[in-house]
Amino acid sequence: MKLTGAEIVWEVLQREGVKVVFGYPGGAILPTYDAMTKYPGIHHVLVRHEQGATHMADGFARASGQVGVAIATSGPGATNMVTGIATAMMDSSPMVCITGQVGSKAIGSDAFQETDVTGVTLPVTKHNYLVTKAQDVARTLREAFYIARSGRPGPVLVDITKDAQQLAAEFDWEAAAPRLPGYRPNLRALPSEYQTALDLINSAKRPLILAGQGVIKANATRQVLELAEKAQVPIALTLLGIGGIPAAHPLNLGMMGMHGEAWVNQAIQQADLLIACGMRFDDRVTGNLRTYAAQAKKIHIEVDPSEVNKNVRVDAALMGDLGEVLDEVLPSVRAADHSTWLDHITSLKGDAAVRDIQSLPDSGHLYAAHVINDIWRLTREGDPIVVTDVGQHQMWEAQYFRHEEPRSLITSGGLGTMGFALPAAVGAKFARPDKEVWVIAGDGGFQMTMAELATVAQEKVKVNIAIINNAYLGMVRQWQEFFYEKRYAATPLLGPDFVKLADAFGLRGLRVTQRSEVQAAVEAARHHDGSVVIDFQVEQEDAVFPMVPAGADLDAMIRRPKPQPQLDVLSETGGDDEWEMPR
Amino acid sequence: MPKHILVAYVEDKPGVLNRVASLFRRRAFNIESLTVGRTEQDGVSRMTIVVDADELMARRIEANLYKLVNVLRVDNVTDKPAVARDLALIKVSAANGKRAEILQLADVFRARVVDIEEKSLMLEVTGSEDKIEGILNVLRPFGIIEMVRTGLVAMARGSEAVSANPPQLPAEVTEAPLVDSGLALAHSV
Repeated sequence: MKLTGAEIVWEVLQREGVKVVFGYPGGAILPTYDAMTKYPGIHHVLVRHEQGATHMADGFARASGQVGVAIATSGPGATNMVTGIATAMMDSSPMVCITGQVGSKAIGSDAFQETDVTGVTLPVTKHNYLVTKAQDVARTLREAFYIARSGRPGPVLVDITKDAQQLAAEFDWEAAAPRLPGYRPNLRALPSEYQTALDLINSAKRPLILAGQGVIKANATRQVLELAEKAQVPIALTLLGIGGIPAAHPLNLGMMGMHGEAWVNQAIQQADLLIACGMRFDDRVTGNLRTYAAQAKKIHIEVDPSEVNKNVRVDAALMGDLGEVLDEVLPSVRAADHSTWLDHITSLKGDAAVRDIQSLPDSGHLYAAHVINDIWRLTREGDPIVVTDVGQHQMWEAQYFRHEEPRSLITSGGLGTMGFALPAAVGAKFARPDKEVWVIAGDGGFQMTMAELATVAQEKVKVNIAIINNAYLGMVRQWQEFFYEKRYAATPLLGPDFVKLADAFGLRGLRVTQRSEVQAAVEAARHHDGSVVIDFQVEQEDAVFPMVPAGADLDAMIRRPKPQPQLDVLSETGGDDEWEMPR
Repeated sequence: MPKHILVAYVEDKPGVLNRVASLFRRRAFNIESLTVGRTEQDGVSRMTIVVDADELMARRIEANLYKLVNVLRVDNVTDKPAVARDLALIKVSAANGKRAEILQLADVFRARVVDIEEKSLMLEVTGSEDKIEGILNVLRPFGIIEMVRTGLVAMARGSEAVSANPPQLPAEVTEAPLVDSGLALAHSV
């Protein structure tokens, strides 16, 4: 079958099972857009900025587990994608980006809208391609999909010259099968590694599982829980691991790391064995590496060999798919009673519950943590998908929204990309139209990509958008408060009237300033047919507790002040004794 | 830091050298020398990469090289019986009747004279890095006008190839290669 390169693009997308693509047309990609009209089975979402297209494809991928697809033109179209590609790379999100490129004869001539896109994206893609011939389009795209979703997933970019889109070539799906002699996504550990790991597991007295996003990506919730239950091992989660283990499970301790509960981090520091499952010992999780879990042996179950021994030296490394590795390990794991250790962890909680912001009396102030916890209580029966932005609200979400299902929290962890939430939520809703989808964003990050409200309106996507509005770049302000003597350089933030903004896009807008109004607003948003923007005007100078200062020991945490009766601790920002610095 | 010699087989495709170089830059791995050339097999190039790295770092480099889709195989030949050679072209000043003395020294190092001018000599010398350093040291007093070195190339001894040429695996691989915790792929594939 003789087809143009542009038609071959859509033929491959169709055969790869793609139903929706996110993109923005332009000169160098025009032939592909023109051919799109012949393929009505694939829905195209017109974004307002190519960064939005990549976050949507990323959100789609994280919500569905399938490859997300974004399309853009050459030059500025492609460079606008870079932030979204880097976001997907850091969080191992499977994505294929297709960009137009100037004609192959014009390459290198600084032609209009020419950029060396494969050069620009080389360090932020799992792999990338420049295609200059129509006959290479099919195989290259097939390889791109295969690489994006196999092994440790990631973004792959395919840059196709305009002439490769226009010219015709023979299209044969079978003959275009991937040929990747050097690509080996499936690795196995040596039997001796398994033996070492099993000996460690079966002899541990104070074991702990560290569960990361790999649990979700590998669909290994069942196996991790089986290990935890059989050997009575408590589980701590990374930010991206949230949802991989049900929050309600008795062995789930919750989030670890910089804003994890103090007692979870103390448990890690006191453990004698860490079983790392699909996580990569990020600095936000370990704190000071020299003192990190010094008493613990470490087992690393990981799909990517380059992650092993990168930050933390391990005693055994089990390479491969997490579920398959655990299936191999589980029959030889001995049932154990670690009740002393579990009781000890419970005792580490101390007065954490008293200090918890949920224990603060309703003083008439609106706290972000209360808003997020209320949204959880009001929506929990449907296990909604929450897509967060980056900053304080993201940490409060992780602390106060309890996720019971994998893929129900979508957040930019590794790159920490502000502006991620709204577009990623659009992608998530396309992946899971059956699910209630909430955006939880700060007023800063929301303003970075709020143009995508137009995409929301045009596509009639139903997402509920909670803006946690404190008129500050809150997390930066918190660091300035703690570490820069409250010099608030460039963090006070004037936002628009978000209710009017929603109105301008033809969406509904609501404003909430009191805790008593939260429930009504959340319910109104849920029962409204279209998307709703809620402007939660929260306490301006609240801080996320507990906190491990960057580079400090993991258990040296700044803790939330004890609530004092009749004294509104958090709104009085005068004294230095509001929060306790670590010992 | 100790030196490690890695031999990488890569697909002979545009941009592969850039990918390897970019990896070293991005991960802040320190390259001492890098050479690329053709091999006995069409479509496969061979890189010899000398890095300043301890054992653990060398293994991380190896694992990161394997992550590049176009890298077929990596061998660390540092501790294997191997021949490692550097080639240098040295233009040395031979004025004031020093020519005979230089030719004598060149003979000791088995350097070949490849060009003679009135006031200079060009020598070609091949050998281990130590040997090249040696001849450079003795020639320096005469005045080195110009010098270029290729960087190390290496090959293991014996009639067996250290690594067989990479098997042409289909993309949907079923047999997964073995790895240990030190990241090195077992050379059984």
